[in-house]
Amino acid sequence: MTPTRKKRLILVMMVAVGVAIATAIFLTAVRENINYFKTPTEVATGQYNSNSTIRLGGMVKDGSVQRVTDSLKVRFAVTDFEQDVLVEYEGILPDLFREGQGVVTIGKMGQEDVFIAEEVLAKHDENYMPPEAADALHQAKNKGDFE
Amino acid sequence: MNRLLKFYHELGSPPSFYRITSHWLKPMLILAIVFTVYGLIDGLFFAPEDYQQGDSYRIIFVHVPAAWMSMFIYAIVGVSGIMAFVWRMKVAEAVMMASAPIGAIFTAITLLTGMLWGKPMWGTYWDWDARMTSELILLFLYIGVLGIYSAYDEDPRKAARLAALVAIIGLINLPIIRYSVYWWTSIHQGSSVSLMGESGIKDWDMLRPLLVMALATKFYYIYSMLNRAQTHLLKTEQNKNWVKKALIEVKTDVQPGAGS
Repeated sequence: MTPTRKKRLILVMMVAVGVAIATAIFLTAVRENINYFKTPTEVATGQYNSNSTIRLGGMVKDGSVQRVTDSLKVRFAVTDFEQDVLVEYEGILPDLFREGQGVVTIGKMGQEDVFIAEEVLAKHDENYMPPEAADALHQAKNKGDFE
Repeated sequence: MNRLLKFYHELGSPPSFYRITSHWLKPMLILAIVFTVYGLIDGLFFAPEDYQQGDSYRIIFVHVPAAWMSMFIYAIVGVSGIMAFVWRMKVAEAVMMASAPIGAIFTAITLLTGMLWGKPMWGTYWDWDARMTSELILLFLYIGVLGIYSAYDEDPRKAARLAALVAIIGLINLPIIRYSVYWWTSIHQGSSVSLMGESGIKDWDMLRPLLVMALATKFYYIYSMLNRAQTHLLKTEQNKNWVKKALIEVKTDVQPGAGS
């Protein structure tokens, strides 16, 4: 390799390393702000700004969904399997909303530790399968529970 | 090994690059069309529906291959950018500038199909989660590379080096896109197809169209990129003898006997 090319290669490598280090420092510094939602544990232990709108994300706890008759109001618990946060929402839920499903709720913490959501988004996971496969998986799981 | 090295050196010189890759265009285009038609029909009509999303999930057969291409092509832009910057290879400049618009289109397709899927599934077209934001930045990087190149039109070779520098700096975005859904909490799901670990799609009838479309987009990219790179070389080398010869050859190819 000629000296000029070597010099250019070193320059490019230095630029690349510099950019990588700067980006890493930047991303570490703003880590909290890049996180899309707060977990139930973070919200339950008070790690949030009570004046601003926040996102709370987790799983809809099994058996926790309660619908209020004659209205669109619904109450459910969002869990990360360590802490639960009770959520209240009035409106139309996304198609994928169901117990055991991931959700992101957007709103503010209200009275009595109930999170008042203005918007509920469903979070899909990376698993895709035909209905028959899902049924088989479900049956196998239930069978395991009885034994 | 010697033959491979010789082939590499041949591809590095504009006249032989032009000559060799001319023969690749047609097969690549045919493969791209055949694979796309097969992949779309297989994906849209024969793949089973999803247990939760029903038929809505079928946008994956466009979204995921486009997303893979948006990153794959940027990697090529970045690497050819390094080659253009360090070794001043004309062919690398051509490959870089030929790839950028194709990558930009694939990025736009990724963002659009993602938004169309996001509304019925998540409940929103767009939100600033790490995956979506970093993919949007990728689109801006492509536009930056293209913009800098066309802004400096007095000297295309110098312009290519400036564009290469932007492309190299932008490479840092690729691992951020890839790992954004694992490093931060996000609404976007993790990867459904994994080379090493367990894939989220295990059903072969679902996976097949996805892989076919991934190949189709690769073939289309090779076709489109070589086509553009050839045009780029013809334009930047227009005063060279090989260009005149190549153009005469094309003329006689297209109109046999027209000169008589």
